[in-house]
Amino acid sequence: MANSSVKLHYEVADNDFTVAGEASGAVKKVLRQLGFPSDVIRRVAVSMYECEINMVIHANGGHIDVEITPDKIRMVHTDKGPGIKDIGQAMQKGFSTANEEVRQLGFGAGMGLPNMQRYTDEMKITTEIGKGTVVDMTVYVNKF
Amino acid sequence: MASEKRELLYHSVCLEEGDCKGCTTCMRYCPTQAIRVQNGKAKIIREKCIDCGECVRRCPYHAKRVVSDNFYTLKSFKHNIALVAPAFCGQFSKVTNIDLILTGLKKIGFDDVFEVARGAEVITAKTKEILAEKNHEGPYISSACPAVVRLIAVKFPSLSDMVIPLTSPMEAAAQMARREAMEKTGLEDDEIGVFFISPCPAKVTAVKQPLALDKSSVSGVIPVKDVYMKLVHALKSVDKIEKLSVSGKDGIRWARSGGETEALGIKNYIAVDGIHNVIKMLEELEDEKLNNIEFIEALACTSGCTGGPLNVENEFVANSRIRNLTEHLEKGEAKGENLSLMWDKKVEYEPFSPLDTDINKALTKMQQLEEIYARLPQLDCGSCGSPSCRDFAEDIVRGKAQERDCIFRLREKIEVLAKEIEELGKMIKE
Repeated sequence: MANSSVKLHYEVADNDFTVAGEASGAVKKVLRQLGFPSDVIRRVAVSMYECEINMVIHANGGHIDVEITPDKIRMVHTDKGPGIKDIGQAMQKGFSTANEEVRQLGFGAGMGLPNMQRYTDEMKITTEIGKGTVVDMTVYVNKF
Repeated sequence: MASEKRELLYHSVCLEEGDCKGCTTCMRYCPTQAIRVQNGKAKIIREKCIDCGECVRRCPYHAKRVVSDNFYTLKSFKHNIALVAPAFCGQFSKVTNIDLILTGLKKIGFDDVFEVARGAEVITAKTKEILAEKNHEGPYISSACPAVVRLIAVKFPSLSDMVIPLTSPMEAAAQMARREAMEKTGLEDDEIGVFFISPCPAKVTAVKQPLALDKSSVSGVIPVKDVYMKLVHALKSVDKIEKLSVSGKDGIRWARSGGETEALGIKNYIAVDGIHNVIKMLEELEDEKLNNIEFIEALACTSGCTGGPLNVENEFVANSRIRNLTEHLEKGEAKGENLSLMWDKKVEYEPFSPLDTDINKALTKMQQLEEIYARLPQLDCGSCGSPSCRDFAEDIVRGKAQERDCIFRLREKIEVLAKEIEELGKMIKE
């Protein structure tokens, strides 16, 4: 039997902290309605929120495409931001390029990318300086 | 299945159908989307309800009722004790002395009184011990509000391990009151009635069907508003005030939001009140947005137990009075030796049933839900009888509603029909 899937699309607004987290919040509700295990829901919500916040802080917003299938949840975050100079450096705990203003708000602790990697099973970053970044993350559902 | 079990759950909140006008107010304020309006009457979806009483508070026609005990129940016991919650003391405008309230209660049918604040002091001491052990990551969540504990059981399974597995001040006080009464009177346990005077429906449910205890030590629950009028009259005839209050400031301050944490003396804490605010906060906690927080005090009613829907007085006025009543008091440290304070069992995750138990079918239904939602006006007007367009789309997919129940979709259909009839009319003329 072919697996069913649900595709969801979200726009992430530019530079607006008040709406960041709306997409991950909406996906969390959908996953609850679908009956996914709570640890899967949490991992998706946390990693997606981190990525959403990054898009707001660094990349003037963008869009997220989510595909839910019985065995995995894939989230593709696409932005037209400045790109990441050194991915290896960006992946280090505590490294951040966030400005002072953003840090004052309690963001920019340099834990975003490490947390995203920790909570997802697969993470692929494609980036080009001046063009933008695509963060492709997948969380597998083992219990189904 | 957990959801089937929830269908059988006891609920203290219910609807008086005759008084319901089908206005949708309760539906719009329900924090767990547990209400639908069908055929002009509100209906509570039992497995979603957490007995917070938000609908009781909001209903303009007072059609939402709370099933509870009354003074007749006292007749079943030889010796009756009133368990007095701290919030109760803020209900009376001219009272400047807690002992007057307690003495008054002994004039309206109770043989004795016991302050729940003493139970709160015992729970405070025990909570300090548990916090010192610190055996998990992240903050601890207070288990004092039964509506919040139930909310976590229904909606936030990943947070359930953070809830402190301690019984409520009410239960601790009930155990202490029973023990004292048995010593004083020589009566058997089952001859003693312990009645909690309750500010909220969640406490009624917590007694009738406790989530984490095998059995409650409380015999019955009488709403504050049912005691209030009797007591107000009785207070006038109190000539000699007995010295009955022994609680300190730390117990009584539990009446308002933040009081429990102040008694604990914690630095990094969040005290959140109002069920909608609580949900928002728990979502943030689940998403790991809260850092360096040690303790979360979450209360379903605005400004704490003084905001309970079964109270008489405005919560802000009540809080101010309680502040004045406790100003001169010592901290207070009730002894609670040999009490059973830990939960008997873990609270089970009891989620609302998913769209389908088969994940493939659930995904197909979710796809349909998204398609239906895209067609809806997305105004969340509630005219269809569901709280939002998304809930309505879900109800349609679940077979509980039909698209024509949407007044906007119906209007579109009528427009199309009207045009077709017009065309048909023209054809006939030709």
